[in-house]
Amino acid sequence: MKPERREKIEEALFAPLVAILIAFVAGDILMLSFNQSPFVVWRLLLEGSWGNAYGFGQVLYKATTLSFTGMAVAFAYRAGLFNIGGEGQLAAGGLAAALVGFALPVGFPAILAILLGCLGAAAAGGVVGAVPGYLRVRFGAHEVITTIMLNFVVLALLNWFIATKLRVPETLHTPEIHAGAIPRLSAILPAFHGSAANLSVIAVIITAVAMWYYMFRTRGGYELRAVGLQPDAAEYGGISVRRVLFSAMTISGVIAGLGGINFVLGYKYYYEDGFAGGTGFLGIAVALVGRNNPFGILIAALFFATLSQGGLALNAFVPKQMVDVLQGVVIIAIAASVPEVQRILLGARKRLVDKPLSESAAAPTQPPAAAV
Amino acid sequence: MNSFEIITQILRIAAPYLFAAAGGVIAERSGIISLTLEGYMLGGAFAAVVGTFYTGSPTIGVLCGIGGGMVLALIHAISCIRYRADQVIVGIAINLFAIGITRFFLKLLFGSSSNSPRVAGFASGYANPLLWLGLLATPVVAFLLFRTTFGLRVRATGEKPEAAASVGVSVHRVQYTAVVLSGALAALGGVYLALDQHQFTDQMTAGRGFIAVAAVIFGRWSPLRAGAACLLFAAAETAQIHLQGNHVVASQFIEMIPYVLTIVALAGVVGRAIAPSALGRAET
Repeated sequence: MKPERREKIEEALFAPLVAILIAFVAGDILMLSFNQSPFVVWRLLLEGSWGNAYGFGQVLYKATTLSFTGMAVAFAYRAGLFNIGGEGQLAAGGLAAALVGFALPVGFPAILAILLGCLGAAAAGGVVGAVPGYLRVRFGAHEVITTIMLNFVVLALLNWFIATKLRVPETLHTPEIHAGAIPRLSAILPAFHGSAANLSVIAVIITAVAMWYYMFRTRGGYELRAVGLQPDAAEYGGISVRRVLFSAMTISGVIAGLGGINFVLGYKYYYEDGFAGGTGFLGIAVALVGRNNPFGILIAALFFATLSQGGLALNAFVPKQMVDVLQGVVIIAIAASVPEVQRILLGARKRLVDKPLSESAAAPTQPPAAAV
Repeated sequence: MNSFEIITQILRIAAPYLFAAAGGVIAERSGIISLTLEGYMLGGAFAAVVGTFYTGSPTIGVLCGIGGGMVLALIHAISCIRYRADQVIVGIAINLFAIGITRFFLKLLFGSSSNSPRVAGFASGYANPLLWLGLLATPVVAFLLFRTTFGLRVRATGEKPEAAASVGVSVHRVQYTAVVLSGALAALGGVYLALDQHQFTDQMTAGRGFIAVAAVIFGRWSPLRAGAACLLFAAAETAQIHLQGNHVVASQFIEMIPYVLTIVALAGVVGRAIAPSALGRAET
């Protein structure tokens, strides 16, 4: 294996592992504070999530939305932008998918209806993402603040729309869609019966592959990463930084918006106010643990989905709120350990490189140590 | 309802914003991004209720609340300053962590997943000493920032940390102090809420910390202007309460006011909001 490649892998893996280790210790402390054996509780958490088809289906379902919001954060982050607006983009995408489902007549060809629904979700998320993108390139308004503030604006708008225009009386959700329902996994594998997992997982995998290809194999992706690493150098190299920033924010919104299909078209078949429920924010954690790599994000999403689903299984022993604490701990720990791990690895490599040199100076007959 | 009662209502709504915005200004002026105000408020509210519940004294409750906010702020400060973690990410994480830890202990101590039992508190309105403290919070911070050595150091650290360090200011110590102080102040906002309602309810701060963030930015990082922004936002909310029922404007559109104004301020349409220049980079 090439040394640079190994260094990259070390860097990518160490910080998440350290963070997860810290979360484990924190979890142990919480469990012990409830007089429960950590061993028993962790086993329950795993059994309730990966131990049976229903639990695993729920993990897949939760991981689906998280993957979308995680990839959305990562896409913007690669361009040096922070998209904290996933929550609003996701909700807008969900509503758009539901609206498409209403507009189409009953009996509209399923595949076409699903594609149109996805398109609607993507477009709505894209519009919500484009606003902070435009504000950034046109006025220099920092996207962290504008995306946070837009979340509140978009959620209030959607709430108003649902409450005044389109709800089933006494509820906060729309009526069911006419067309565009995405089949459940249980339609193919009956073992998943009862779980919300649906074929949106295919959309996740397609999105991940497409994102990876775009990011690392196309000119546009190269420009995006160049802008993220060194905007001034990119500009000097002839890349239009403004155009890249705007499109990165828009596409980030598209990806987050697409996440809306999982709940609306795949699970409930209607839009419900507040369905995003923090998934947009958690996407930041998913992107962070997944190191902004689409495939890393899929794994990270599974991790957070496991925590969330497993939390329900252990509720009888330790309050499921423990999971909320652990999520926070994982994020703080990984955010703090990424720069630290980089420094430690850098220091270690320096020592490894320096040492053989000084040794070979002292004993010139010895062959220099192999490259680290 | 006469105008005196309306002013009272505005001040009561504004008090938590004023505390949190005062804290936000100090931390951001020292160069540390304050997306954590929501979490500090929530932690402060919970700690205050726990303290009051076990001692029966709301005064001790207030001190516990301040302590709770300071602990969360210290976690934020250590992550950002010692470990140079991304301030935005840790900020979001602190908020999630505060939601989680208060839920967990709500269940552990009170066996409920929604609210604590009723505790002692303060009389509402002008008899509540915290209301007066809240009104004083931003002027005091203004004095601190612009009339004391510490304030000068905070501002220097937030604008030009290298320059501050070169004249012997310990940048890290200033930042630690500023962040922990912001935790204490923002926590008081949460304490005010909890002791005013005589209980803690899950996620009771309900986005107020972000309204305070909006006030800090809309007030262009000046404590007095941020305080004025808090009063403005509170006035809008009061108007919303009074307009409810007559359907002139849907309440959702009034809810948006602080956020829309902040976006407009950032976009620089009226009076460009410019952040402290070293905000967000804890490198020195």
